[in-house]
Parts: sequence; structure tokens; C-alpha cells
Amino acid sequence: MNRNHINFFLAAIAILGSGAAYAAGGAVADEFKWMTFAVFGVIIAITMAITFWAARSTHTTSEFYAAGRSVSGIQNGWAIAGDYLSAASFLGIAGLISLYGYDGFMYSVGWLVAYITVLLMIAEPCRNIGKYTMGDILAFRNDPKKTKTVAAMSTITVSTFYLTAQMVGGGVLIKTLIGIDYEISIIGVGILMLAYVVFGGMKATTWVQITKAVLLVTASLLLVFMVWSPYGFSLPAYLQAVIGDADVQKQVAKLLGDQALSMTPEELGQRFLEPGLFLKNPIDQISLGMALVLGTAGMPHILMRFFTVPTAQAARTSVIWAMGIIGGFYVLTLFLGTGAAMLVGSAKIAGVDAGGNMAAPLLAQYLGGGENSILGNFFLAFVAAVAFATIVAVVAGLVLASASAMAHDIYVGVIRGDHATPREQVVAARVSSIIVGVIAIIVGIMAKGQNVAHLVALAFAVAASSNLPAVFLTLYWKKCNTTGIIAGMVIGSLTAIGLVMVSPNMTYPKAVMASAKKVLEGEPAQPAKDAVPAVKASSFACELFALDGCVKSEPAKVASPEKPAKLGAAEKLATLNGKLQAEEAALALLAADPVGLKAAQDAVAGIKKDIAATEKAKTKAEEDMKKVEGQTTSIMGLEKPFFLLKNPGLISIPLGFLMVILGSLFTRDKRSEEMWDELYVRQNTGINAEAASVH
Amino acid sequence: MSNQSVNWAAIDANPKFQVLHRKKTTFLWGLMIFSTVYYFLLPIGAAYFQDLFKIKVWGAVNVGLLFALSEFVVAWGIAFIYSRKANTEFDAMAQEIINDVNNGSIK
Repeated sequence: MNRNHINFFLAAIAILGSGAAYAAGGAVADEFKWMTFAVFGVIIAITMAITFWAARSTHTTSEFYAAGRSVSGIQNGWAIAGDYLSAASFLGIAGLISLYGYDGFMYSVGWLVAYITVLLMIAEPCRNIGKYTMGDILAFRNDPKKTKTVAAMSTITVSTFYLTAQMVGGGVLIKTLIGIDYEISIIGVGILMLAYVVFGGMKATTWVQITKAVLLVTASLLLVFMVWSPYGFSLPAYLQAVIGDADVQKQVAKLLGDQALSMTPEELGQRFLEPGLFLKNPIDQISLGMALVLGTAGMPHILMRFFTVPTAQAARTSVIWAMGIIGGFYVLTLFLGTGAAMLVGSAKIAGVDAGGNMAAPLLAQYLGGGENSILGNFFLAFVAAVAFATIVAVVAGLVLASASAMAHDIYVGVIRGDHATPREQVVAARVSSIIVGVIAIIVGIMAKGQNVAHLVALAFAVAASSNLPAVFLTLYWKKCNTTGIIAGMVIGSLTAIGLVMVSPNMTYPKAVMASAKKVLEGEPAQPAKDAVPAVKASSFACELFALDGCVKSEPAKVASPEKPAKLGAAEKLATLNGKLQAEEAALALLAADPVGLKAAQDAVAGIKKDIAATEKAKTKAEEDMKKVEGQTTSIMGLEKPFFLLKNPGLISIPLGFLMVILGSLFTRDKRSEEMWDELYVRQNTGINAEAASVH
Repeated sequence: MSNQSVNWAAIDANPKFQVLHRKKTTFLWGLMIFSTVYYFLLPIGAAYFQDLFKIKVWGAVNVGLLFALSEFVVAWGIAFIYSRKANTEFDAMAQEIINDVNNGSIK
């Protein structure tokens, strides 16, 4: 044990050292980088101490996968919240609110409501009849080898999608914040996460999650306190300030385009608190809502958490705590997002990261005193370190879930027919963790620069279309059997994946090319256009698919005035540089006039900013052009999406349920029927449930 | 208590277990359906009832914002109602059945 511990301490130091050596650029100024690394170092040291402590009591399979079932309800609630408040929901939702206002907040609601399904239908029954994995639940009354194989495949698929999104997001985030190379961040995340999982198993993963969740909530509370206190904690007074802010009004005007021309500044500000700036397709939203509400309950790393508590009552307590923490956190993001929009400015946030992911860190920097202050950079460093810990911890949970599916379901359950010795089981678990972890690092590096935004939604859609129908129906429907479960899981997940492959989430070279060309070559002048009323799709199928003979639905458009031609990036740069020279020449003449000097200096700074932004857009457009060079179709051979929604849940979830039902009705399975009484009594009473291990 | 010694069919057929099953099913489905309907009212309202969502009620705070906030309150309310019912009623009923199994009343 000791040698192992020394090894991973060395690894941690190496990561920090190499990070420091390679860090250049990023949101943190070079002179303050030492502070960022110090904060990162402290947080990593805390998690390593936790792992060291957890490793001393992680010897058996139950300890490795389920922390000896000795985690209390409240602790598990914090850990679930930690698992769930991944970088996507922590940075992503604050970012969406900062850019799109109301719609970003509305988006967060589904993530909380999802836990009602977990609380009412899933948590307690799973605790009562499960052991370590989703496969155990499905194998209870069905053919163990077949269902464990399918369950493990589905677990690994869902985890891989989610994990890849986290890894890529994390690499980009760390690069944007402190400038550490993408590859090094990925390897750093991978090694740390492997240290937690391999040495400390579920116990270390749980406590790292708890620590991270506490830090995250504390940091957010502090930021919200600072944002809200100048308004005496009055909601209307605060929101009045938000909508009266010129930056916010500008952002809304930019989003609305021609529509904004006829609106007053007050109306523009108020529009920030009204729906429709981001989520424009209600059917797509309902589809996403279904995936969230049903997918969370089918997420393997969340399901696995319910095996770590001693009783079903503790499982219930843990969901209730998780709902309190997660919901409270999303209410806080309303303030973080709108605060960032008002104080930092949406344009600046989108300038650092187009998706808005930097809203919370930039807000922290602003509240501490800004870019050049020590406190501001300390705040930024702290939020960045919490975000880093978030990614490492969420990835650790996902790796543990995949490793348990591989080792417990496939190796022990299927290959060794449940006859592995306890020691062999623990070794299998650790070896699987290393395999999954290394694969995660490789996938993370290979996916550099790839479009991974859809992978989180896809993970939820597969979990909702495959895992949930199977788990739900085996728990609550007497006739459910092996054939149904296999049919439902295979068809549900393949449908979800297939639909996403032909959806607008994929990269369509022609569209990329067209928008890059607009930036590089400019746009011709446009004549004035009349208002166009909304067009309704010719049938419901036409809302979902690009079928032949379909009329696509289009939103109403307001009349637009004549527009002058837009310059290409190169010409625009030339013009701006000319202006800059002129202003700088004027500056030299103004030395004696302090007022004029100040104005001229501001003008120069403004032009320099424009030049930087134009250059950035130009580089990005050129990179995009290069990426799709010579291609005309997506990887599925399509020029434009066939499935028109971004979220497949609307079709794949009902199909998953239907297939379980049909498969079960058309076949008979004696074991499934015979075991029903036992399953139903046990899930309701907890008789014979796996007990907590005694230390 | 080993696996073989429990007669699952007998417990399932026991009137006490049947009452627990019935009460739980009605209660859980009721809450589940209510929460689902209430949740999907939000995207539907935001898409098709924008005029309603835009009505200002408390300074800049409009109906849409209050409705979104109410989703949190409703979710927490459901968690509270369920946990109270489960802690006081369902757990006690389940415990009674377990006691009956342990002292041999259900064989």
C-alpha cells in the first residue's frame, strides 16, 4: 500500500509541475498563475489525503464498489449532488443564463425534476434488491448472463458518452482558464481520477464528491451574496438592475436581430426575462425534458450510489438531500448567470468561450476586484480549481460505474459464472478501472477539437431509452421478462444513437463552410424584406423528419430594413488597421490636451479590441474551413440533418418501453414469473437486502 | 434467515402486504403523474402561452419567472410529502410485515 501511495503523490506533483511549465495564455494573467497552481495544489492534496484514508478500508468487493454500504443518507445526498453538478451543469447553466436569460434558467428546471422519478420509483427498490450494478437488478428475475451482458454494454455506452464530454469539456476549460495544454490536462485528470478509483474505490470517490460539492456550494453562495447584497436581497430591485443594464440590452438586441429595431431599451431589458431567446423549438424541449426526467434515473453512476447506503430509508434520505442541494444550486445559478451578464457583460463572456462556460469564473474574478487584483485572481483560481475537481470527481464516478459493469457483470457474472473468489473479484475491479481509465484518457485526447456538445444529451437519451424502461418494468410489471429487456435495451439505445447521428448535432460540412465563408468573404448588401408569417409544418412527422414533400415549420419573421454589404475579415482588418494608424497619429499631436488625449486613447483601445476580435473570428473561420475541407456530407453521408430535433428522446424512449412490453408479451420465461413474488416483496419490505458490512 | 426459509408467495398474498401495495401504488402514481404534468407545463407555456408568461407581477418579475421558480417549490414539496408519508406510514406497515415473517405469523 505504502509504495502505491508514494507513487500517486509523485504523480500528483508531476502533474502540477508539468502544468506549471506548460501554462501560457488563458484567462489568468501570468503573474497570478502561481496562485492558481497553489489553490489547485491544495485541493488536489485534500483529495489525495481522502484517498489515502479511504484506501485503508477498501479491501473487499463490497467496500470497493459500495463503500461497505456505510455511507449515511445525508453524505450520499451530497455525493449525488456532487455527481450531478458536473461541469456541464455547473458552468454550462450559469453560462446559458448569462447569454440567454430566462431560457437558461428554464433549462435547469428539468435537471431537478428528474430526481422526482428517482425518489418515487427507483432509489428504494434498487437499494432493496440490488448489489453493486444495474446488471444485478435486471438479473434478479431474468436470465442472469444475458441481462448482465446487455446491462454492462449499456452502462459502458452511457458512461463513455458522458465521460468523453466531461474529458473534452474539462481539457478545454483548463486550457481557457489557465492555459495548460489540452493533452496534459486530460492526462492529469485521468491519472488523478485513477488514483481515487483504484486505491480508494467507492469510498474515496464518494468523499471526493462530498468535498467538491461543499466547496462548490460555498463558493456559489459567497458569489451570490456579493452579487445580491447591494440590492438589499430584494428580487425585484436586483432584476430591475439587471434589465436596466446596457450590456444586457445589447445582448438581447444582438439575439433578436431585426426584431430589436422597433423596441425600446426597457423592452429589450425585460425581454431578457422572457422565454424564447435560446430554446426555440418546443417539441425539441419536450424531447429533452423526457430524456432528463427519465434518463437521470437510468444513469449507472447515479444508480450505483444507492448501493452505498445501509438501508432503503437512507436511500430515500439521500435523494431528498440531493434534491435540496441541486435545486438550491440551480436557484443560485439564476443569480450567477444574470450577475455575470450585468457585471461582466455577455459579449465578454461569449468572447472567452462561445458557449458561455466562463460566466461563473469571470464573475468571480470581477467580484474579487477584477483582472489585475490579487483577490480577483484568487477568486478565479478558486472557482477554476473547483471546476477542475468537479471534472475529476465526475469522471471518477463514471469510471467506477463502467469498471463495475466490466468486472462484476461481465467477468464475474458472465465469464466466471459467479464463482470468482473474493480476492479475484477485487483484483478484477481494480484492473477494469485501470483499463477504463486508460481508454478514457485515449478517447479524451482523440476527441480533441471534436464536436462533443451532443454527447451529454445523448448519454441521457440512451439511459432513458434503454436502462430506465428495463429497470422500471422489471421492478413494477409482473409479465416483464428476459426477451423484453434485451429487445428494449438494444432497440432503445440503438434508436437513440441512430437518431442523433442524423440530427442537427452532427457537423454538416456545407453549413460550416457557408458560415465560415460569410466571415472570411463578407456578405453582399441585402434589400429590405417584408414580414413573413409563421409557417406550420405540413404534418407532425414533418416536424420531426426531413421527409420528401414536407413543408418545414418556420417561425414568423419581422420586416427587415435594407442592409449594407458586410466586409470580409481581411478587408475589415485592413480598414481597422488604417483607423488605428490615424488615431495613433492623432494621439501624438494631442499630448498637451488631457481631455482629448483620454478620448483618443479610449478610441485606440476600442479599435485594438475590434482588431483582436476580428482576428479571432478569422482564425476560427479558417480553422473551420480546413476541418471540413473536401467534405460535402456528415459522417453519415448526409448534406443536412434528416432528424430535425437535437434530442431523440421523444421517439426512442416510447420505443424502448414498447419493445420491453412486446418482447415480454410474445415470449414466456418461467424464471421471470417465479421470481416476481420475491422481487416484489423484497423491493417493498427490504427483507434479505444486502446488509452493511461491519468494520 | 436464509433465502429458502422465506415463503415469498405467502407474503405477497398476505392482506397486510396487499394493503401496503395498494396504498403505495396509488400514492406514488398520483405524485408521479402530477409532477410530470406540472413539469411539462413549463416548456409548453413558454412556447405557446408567451403572452401569459410576459405579464409583470412584481417589478420586473413576470409570470414565467414565478412559474419556473414554482417548479422548484413543487419538486421540493413532493419530496417532502413523499418522505413524510413513507417515514410515518409505509415504513411502519413494512416493519409490521417483517415482524410477522420473523415471528412466524406468515409462513
